[in-house]
Amino acid sequence: MNVADKKRLLREMLFARRFEERCYEAYVERKIGGFLHLYSGEEACAHGVLEAARPGQDWVITGYRDHIHAIKCGADPKKVMAELYGKETGSSKGRGGSMHIFDVEHRFMGGYALVGGPFPLAAGMAKAIKMQGGDEIAICFLGDAANNQGTFHESLNMAKVWNLPVLYVCENNLYGIGTRIDRSTAVVDQYKRVAGYDIPSAQEDGQDVEKVIKAAKKAVDHVRSGKGPYFLELMTYRYRGHSMSDSNAYRSKDEEREWSGRDPIIMLRDRLIKAGELTKQGYKALDTEILDEIENEIIAFAEASPEPRVDELKKYTFAENDPWVYGGGR
Amino acid sequence: MAELMYWEAIRRAHDEEMAHDPMVICMGEDIGVAGGTYKATQGLYAKYGAERVVDTPISENGYTGLGIGASFLGVRPVIEIMSVNFAWLAMDQIFNSAAKVRYMSGGQLTAPVVIRSAGGTAHQLGAQHSARMEKVFMGIAGLRVVTPSNPRQAYGLLKSAVRCDDPVYINEHELMYNMKGEVPDDEYFMPLEGSEVAREGRDVTLFGYNISVHWCLQAAATLAKDFGIEAEIIDLYTLSPLDRAGIVASVRKTHRAVIVEEAEAAVGVGAEVMAIINEECFFELDAAPVRVSAVNVPIPYNHKLEKAAIPNVGDIVAAVRKMVGK
Ligand SMILES: Cc1ncc(C[n+]2csc(CCOP(=O)(O)OP(=O)(O)O)c2C)c(N)n1
Ligand SMILES: [Mg+2]
Repeated sequence: MNVADKKRLLREMLFARRFEERCYEAYVERKIGGFLHLYSGEEACAHGVLEAARPGQDWVITGYRDHIHAIKCGADPKKVMAELYGKETGSSKGRGGSMHIFDVEHRFMGGYALVGGPFPLAAGMAKAIKMQGGDEIAICFLGDAANNQGTFHESLNMAKVWNLPVLYVCENNLYGIGTRIDRSTAVVDQYKRVAGYDIPSAQEDGQDVEKVIKAAKKAVDHVRSGKGPYFLELMTYRYRGHSMSDSNAYRSKDEEREWSGRDPIIMLRDRLIKAGELTKQGYKALDTEILDEIENEIIAFAEASPEPRVDELKKYTFAENDPWVYGGGR
Repeated sequence: MAELMYWEAIRRAHDEEMAHDPMVICMGEDIGVAGGTYKATQGLYAKYGAERVVDTPISENGYTGLGIGASFLGVRPVIEIMSVNFAWLAMDQIFNSAAKVRYMSGGQLTAPVVIRSAGGTAHQLGAQHSARMEKVFMGIAGLRVVTPSNPRQAYGLLKSAVRCDDPVYINEHELMYNMKGEVPDDEYFMPLEGSEVAREGRDVTLFGYNISVHWCLQAAATLAKDFGIEAEIIDLYTLSPLDRAGIVASVRKTHRAVIVEEAEAAVGVGAEVMAIINEECFFELDAAPVRVSAVNVPIPYNHKLEKAAIPNVGDIVAAVRKMVGK
């Protein structure tokens, strides 16, 4: 990766962090409702994997911790924030909320709230890709605890049997809400679990974005070349609680400190500084620029946007004026 | 016009839609090489191949979700779930993904899947193979529910369901696959919202759907012959949405309503039809509407108990006579 790309990536990841932290504030101010799951600490996972893929062309799907995946695919952060504010200008027109960001134009196929729900949907997207003959792939990001759902096993089995072009990325942050992985899961190393389906897999440090990119390149190449599914496990950590209603009481301060010492943004920043490609002041300026953009453009847009009209409550339940509902005109 | 069996009509609709659009596929357990438990996909594997006639593992939630995901990208899967009793396992994907994705994406995505499944109480299949589940699907916003009572409807509803952009659940019946009926030779599409008058009458309306339409027809013949009562029969072949206008029109004509359902009364089709009558034309009624429904028990194995659990033609005749006072 060249220096310009590294700097762009640093900006993207810092933007992601600031975006999520601003969501936190907006939630406390009650501008954002519902459940809010933040991605702070895990930035290198989505950024690294999608850096190795083709965001906007490959079909991406994930769970409820979805803002950053959408943005990395090309979603306009203004529309994502407007969605969190429940506004008509939001990416799902205010009908979805934080857990249901969609941007189909950029092939971000959504955030889903049922743990494990996207596993088969991703396999299905891969089935469609295969039928339609493109060289895109489907990429599914989910957490570690999701792997205890039946859909995980059902989908891996089908993906292998039908040799589907799907990459499953496990963002292993060691917890499913407040339950540590070793208390819920017989085999703690997730990449080992797919051996039962004869699917190749790897485990990688999910805090070092350069390592993630390297591992993801291998994974993406495998899937894109027609060799079938692949499973990539990334070891990571979320800084915030599972959602806003969670205080992290189940984690030790030592553990949290240990992980924050391996912050994906700081690690990349320090590498660039050490290589003489970035100064401390340069980084500060970048941060200020991002904070200004979020405040003056993104939050301002969300604040100023109108809410959906109540007389459009039923819109989007069914297709509008679908002729086949009326017998196809025959 | 050809006489086809119910399964042949479904098979023909599959075949025509697969020939018409290369993105139409069918999926399910034993539907390909084996030809389908009810023969609804017989011969299609040989004609269209394994990519489009997909024998799935026994993973109801998994393959239903896979079909839904494929539909996001323009594939039109027709998913056969062998029995509605097994459809519970796929409920997560039907309910949480297919039915909601259009709404929660603000209209960006849709899941044009068709899910077909065989329900009903057949011959001593026991509690875990005898469920009638249409009431559960009817309560799902964003899902269309239809239920054919004859081969013509089975053909025309599947044709429209495949082309429609919404997810559609087709409720078939274990006992009806060998039923014969006329199906137009020309291509034919049924509306996905509506009802049909299966028999004209003036004294009472019998509302039925799927197999209960046939019980109503038999009851109406007895009522006419033995008691001089002319029953009108409304075939509610779309359960969601229900045809409010059709229901109201018939009640305005006969002023009496009996709803006949193979399922238990609780939270069911009859309850819903009664509510519509109350809301739309209560003062048209000459008598309080009644339901002829199943007893609220897990379906027993013993043949006498099984029969006693499910309504029959005699129950309908008795209910009408009581209502009319003859
Ligand atoms: C089917 C289902 N069961 C339970 C929940 C509640 N729930 C939401 S997130 C979560 C933990 C998931 O953990 P993991 O898959 O590791 O993802 P993470 O949140 O750590 O990113 C649970 C139990 C749910 N949303 N869906
Ligand atoms: Mg987790």
